[in-house]
Amino acid sequence: MGLTGLAIFKQLPKTNCKDCGQPTCLAFAMQLASGKAGLDQCPHVSDAAKEALDSASAPPIALVKVGKGEKEVALGSETVLFRHEKRFENPTGIAVSVKDTDGDIASKVAAINKLVFDRVGQIHSVNLVAVVNASGDGAKFAEAAKTVQDNTEFPLILVSEDPAAMGSALEVTGANNPLICGANASNLEAMVELAKKYDAPLVVKGNGLDELEALVEKSGYKKLFLDSGAREINKALADQTQIRRQALKKFRPFGYPTIAFADNADPVQAVVDASVYIAKYAGIVVVDSADPADLLPLVTLRLNVYTDPQKPIAVESKLYEIGTPGPDSPVFVTTNFSLTYFNVQGDVESGRINGYILPVDTDGISVMTGWAAGKFTPEKITEMLNTSGVAEKVTHRKVIIPGGVAVLSGKLNEISGWEVLVGPRESGGIPSFIKQRWGA
Amino acid sequence: MAVTIAKEKWTSKVGEMELGTGAKAIKVGGETSLPFLHFEGEIPNRPVMALEVWDMEPTEWPDILKKPFDGVLADPVAWAKKNVEYGADLIAIRFMSAHPDFKDASPEECAATAKAVADAVDVPLVLIGCGIEEKDAAVMEKVGEALSGKQCLIGCATEKNYKTITAAAMVNGHSVIASSPLDINLAKQLNILMTEMNLPTNRIAIDPLVGALGYGIEYAYSIMERARMGALMGDKMLAMPVICFVGQEAWKAKEAKSPDEETPEWGALDKRAILWEVVTTTSFALAGGSIFILRHPETIKHVNAHFAKVMESNAY
Ligand code: B12
Ligand code: SF4
Repeated sequence: MGLTGLAIFKQLPKTNCKDCGQPTCLAFAMQLASGKAGLDQCPHVSDAAKEALDSASAPPIALVKVGKGEKEVALGSETVLFRHEKRFENPTGIAVSVKDTDGDIASKVAAINKLVFDRVGQIHSVNLVAVVNASGDGAKFAEAAKTVQDNTEFPLILVSEDPAAMGSALEVTGANNPLICGANASNLEAMVELAKKYDAPLVVKGNGLDELEALVEKSGYKKLFLDSGAREINKALADQTQIRRQALKKFRPFGYPTIAFADNADPVQAVVDASVYIAKYAGIVVVDSADPADLLPLVTLRLNVYTDPQKPIAVESKLYEIGTPGPDSPVFVTTNFSLTYFNVQGDVESGRINGYILPVDTDGISVMTGWAAGKFTPEKITEMLNTSGVAEKVTHRKVIIPGGVAVLSGKLNEISGWEVLVGPRESGGIPSFIKQRWGA
Repeated sequence: MAVTIAKEKWTSKVGEMELGTGAKAIKVGGETSLPFLHFEGEIPNRPVMALEVWDMEPTEWPDILKKPFDGVLADPVAWAKKNVEYGADLIAIRFMSAHPDFKDASPEECAATAKAVADAVDVPLVLIGCGIEEKDAAVMEKVGEALSGKQCLIGCATEKNYKTITAAAMVNGHSVIASSPLDINLAKQLNILMTEMNLPTNRIAIDPLVGALGYGIEYAYSIMERARMGALMGDKMLAMPVICFVGQEAWKAKEAKSPDEETPEWGALDKRAILWEVVTTTSFALAGGSIFILRHPETIKHVNAHFAKVMESNAY
């Protein structure tokens, strides 16, 4: 990626005019190479040089935006094949489709707007609405696009291969940067022209990778999403993998985010296909169902796959009430690693226990990791018992700690004054532990 | 200019394990590519699925999970036959009754149940203990002996009890599940210890102690991807098929249990619960999982349809 100062220098005018604020072109080149200056600071650089420098210094996968304002989505900019290598950057945009032949478009859009899920303090939702020109009629398509736009803040994907219909829909929605979907071998010029007119992103669909490459080159456009045309999951998985691999090798025609359509006729397979696209490289995945039962697994998988492997998700360190606890209810101490907290919460709930959970702030790491790293200590647990408000909620002074950190109990008892009960090693044992050890 | 297909040049493969005997015997592993990328290597065997059978009636199971087994939950033999009808490739018998908190059943009692099930079905068997490490070792010793020669998969062997279980497997011709918690180095370490006892590498299945979708799936997912790459690059101590206990994890998830009234924003429970087990399974298969221990027959049906499709070639 990084060009040397000398390579950049070769492309500059070499007049040393100082308009960029640097004493010489070479000095400016060095600043550019170290990322301290931007190419636009030199007013004299030629277009050809600009393009050469831009594409040489561009990331392997372009960042392409869809929509405007708060709900704008930005896809691409990925740098790895596997999440453990670094992390995946921009979570797959999930789009739900409506057809311009659908009876009540506004109410389907209302259902899509409600696809919002809360996972302990974090809100996760779908991201786009795809309007499909199933009627083949331009006026109908434009009307549907307008209805969708009027009823949602999500960015739109306009799905039609007919440039005339696309033109009509863009007349009413073009100002909001919709994704034009899209161009193929037979309509490329017209679609590219529309995309340029509205400065909007464009899907290029090839019949296979070779044609896709040819069309991308021919388009001369840079705000692209790629579609290899594959719809069967085995083939689409191969194509998604190829496109990502090629892009990371800096094969420029494939240096754009992809779009995938999970339009399997079997509704369960459609969810499974979409999950494969989320794990394997799709920039956007389009699904037809707006049923929350279908979307919850997809939104959850996306959250998991796109989690930074170096920076675990944490829950807020505060007092959590499970069920309807009272003054006699048990108090469980754990860590604020969300996986740990969720395990404990789930097991307390499944045992139908009314209780309090105190996740100590361990910077989001697990019980054993936190203990080994000195972040899950008797001092921190004591502080949490004293400041979380739990002491005012319960009349007893008994705290349950994870079995894995039994060694903490002596010291914890000494400095907090609370009686320490060592719980099971696995939170799964909590229900039977409470039955046996928490006499009402 | 045509696109030059990017193929990784792997030098090695995942070991191939054989389970069961006779017409219903199965093979797992043997891949020379990343999961389902037929364009760069061989994928000789489809991933396989087992349904669980308990040797005592599960009382905590949610209704959706109990319904398909109405009338057979207290009868391991009838339950196992039902699982075969439902299309399970293998049956996983869980000796829950051996748990000291339940019936503290003796290894001999477990062996009798195992024998009865083995006589009633012809698919390969997975034999799993109650999770108490010392007890599991004692149980596997007897159960392994009772089913000698049947090429079962037994476990779970851990750092603490692997010696007894490995010995039981070697003497009786079984393979072993090697469990280690979410850590590729611990997995390797246990495989080394077990192979040092002369258990062939293709008779070990790695159990990375997976979590369900939404509950840490990403850790196991990445460990599986790394293990598969390690295997393909020639690390013999990672070249084992991976087994995933998806059923027990997915059915613990709140998303698979919370009733419609409590979480209407999550959609209908019947659908979402099944999808939880399905998507957890297919996601792990995509990362390199080969053997799945599941609980609901619907899951088997849906995942089979997916496996059939991704096992079709995608060579260019
Ligand atoms: C993933 C992992 C990491 C990740 C951290 C991920 C994270 N967010 O925590 C990374 C790679 C960063 C990491 C780092 C380290 N790790 Co680490 N890590 C693990 C690993 C593989 C899994 C941990 C995990 O996520 N477990 C899953 C969660 C859900 O488990 P849990 O929090 O323990 O919760 C369970 C139980 O404790 C119980 N429970 C939880 N709360 C409660 C509450 C009550 C009341 C009850 C009853 C029960 C209960 O139920 C839960 C579900 O079963 C473990 C191995 C292992 N088997 O645990 C090692 C492990 C915890 N790590 C270990 C070590 C030593 C470290 C490091 C110090 C290594 C180093 N030298 O750098 C660092 C420290 C990090 C730091 N400085 O911040 C050791 C700890 C050894 C020890 N016993 O002291 C372990 C055990 C590995 C080993 N065997 O050596 N680690
Ligand atoms: S403005 Fe451009 S041409 Fe002038 S000195 Fe700077 S780099 Fe050289």
